[in-house]
Amino acid sequence: MSPTPPALSKLQARQRDRVFWRLAEDIPQPLTWKLMVISAVVPLLLWWLLASSGWISDKFLPSPPDVLAAMGDLWERGLLVQDTRASIVRVTLGFVLAAVVATPIGILMAAFASIRALLEPAIGILRYMPAPAFVPLLIIYLGIDEAPKIALIFIGTVFFNTLMIMDAGKFVPKALIEATYTLGGSRWQILRQVIWPYIIPNVLDIFRVNMAASWNLVVVAELIAASEGLGKRIELARKFLNTDEIFACLIVLGLIGFSIDMSFRVLIRKTCAWSLDS
Amino acid sequence: MSLVISQLCKCYSTSSGSIEALRDINLHAEPGEFICVVGASGSGKSTLLRLIAGLEMPTSGELDLNGRAIVGPGADRGMVFQSYTLYPWMTLQKNVEFGLRLQGVNSKERRDRASYYLDIVGLASFARAYPKELSGGMKQRVAIARALATQPEVLLMDEPFGALDVQTREMMQEFLLEVWRRTNCTILTITHDVREAVFLAQRIYVLSAHPGTIDCEFQIDLPRDRTVLIEREPQFQSYVAAIQDRLRGLSKTTETSPMPTTSKAKADAH
Repeated sequence: MSPTPPALSKLQARQRDRVFWRLAEDIPQPLTWKLMVISAVVPLLLWWLLASSGWISDKFLPSPPDVLAAMGDLWERGLLVQDTRASIVRVTLGFVLAAVVATPIGILMAAFASIRALLEPAIGILRYMPAPAFVPLLIIYLGIDEAPKIALIFIGTVFFNTLMIMDAGKFVPKALIEATYTLGGSRWQILRQVIWPYIIPNVLDIFRVNMAASWNLVVVAELIAASEGLGKRIELARKFLNTDEIFACLIVLGLIGFSIDMSFRVLIRKTCAWSLDS
Repeated sequence: MSLVISQLCKCYSTSSGSIEALRDINLHAEPGEFICVVGASGSGKSTLLRLIAGLEMPTSGELDLNGRAIVGPGADRGMVFQSYTLYPWMTLQKNVEFGLRLQGVNSKERRDRASYYLDIVGLASFARAYPKELSGGMKQRVAIARALATQPEVLLMDEPFGALDVQTREMMQEFLLEVWRRTNCTILTITHDVREAVFLAQRIYVLSAHPGTIDCEFQIDLPRDRTVLIEREPQFQSYVAAIQDRLRGLSKTTETSPMPTTSKAKADAH
């Protein structure tokens, strides 16, 4: 009653099919790479095909080489560097400010039910006010310079950061806190030396996620009033129907976001190896 | 006298009224003694330990350590929890040092004392490892070293080997006795495992349930140097039998009331 060779190969084929649909499990590394390359190359090919098919006017859908040329042009005129730098500076200032404010408040809210009761309703409401709706107010209060743009990014990320850090702080095991008490730790020592280090990897991950929101907001701010920045460049390109420049700026924004995301992941892996599964 | 507890009561108020967890507890531990408190679930033995640790406050009664009232947690009462409570971002060395660090002990002395206790628990060669690299038994050994490093008056243990498999448990019990003999510290352990209690303790308090009260006390007259082989001695077995009879009798008397029966049925269902 030994299995016949065809049955065996059928079994193997089924096993192979199952690799792709493994629920909540890893897949082999080569397959991961293959799928990741597909994820980047297939949309690019579709775009190229569609643009060169002639169905859509190249004023609306420029081809990848056109976009690459536009990008080169922007680079040569020094605009790409200037705009990218302007946007990065705004995002950095707004986000760092939000992080510096959100982190201690979030931790205090996690640690003390009193602080939570005091702040959670207010922040819960503020968080649902769309940050772009603050732009007119910010212009009235702060003018049209850098300040309102940085303030917009701050408003748009500070509340999410705070509430997410609070949630992370709630997951510090109670036993870890009690163990520290029995070692003679004070509340302040527990906050600084137990709760804070425990949530650092979560906080970095929260920053990684909310960084995306600050890039949305910098473009919103620059569309309205700015002399430079990637959002401004997109708005100018619209006026002259330079869709190739718009595409170029969008791709730059995507690449910046992607590299920031990857940097955070690397940072977490390097500094918080203890929190990772493997 | 080291630890004295008198007329201790603990009630919890819940939405369905007040629940009496512990009633009129009187117990004491002499310096260097090894005490076990055994009781079924619901006997409030964990509550008792948490009261001694200062993590909870009694409803009434007194807890004194060396003549000073216990009013909160402190490093004079080290505690080992049933769940693993090592700091995952610190090496074992840093974990064991942590209590000393909280007290502001300088780094040289911290290092020396942590190394000494890591050596006592047999993990000196793992000083630079992180908790996630360790087995459950090793984690509890580090937790013991960490609790001992601040040189507490009493070491409190809340079913420290409850999460371990049988073989590791036996090893850990022998190991704990050896640590006790080497450090001469006072140890108070709670457990539901009668065999473990007889193996470890010099004196055993038996706790009855609902509410938790001390039913009786056993003096265990076995040599301090014990190995697992002692379990074959008739004297050991008669202690175990006597305590088990006592616990069985207690659960019989309580089974007439509906609450423990339902909670037992639930426990069986899981």
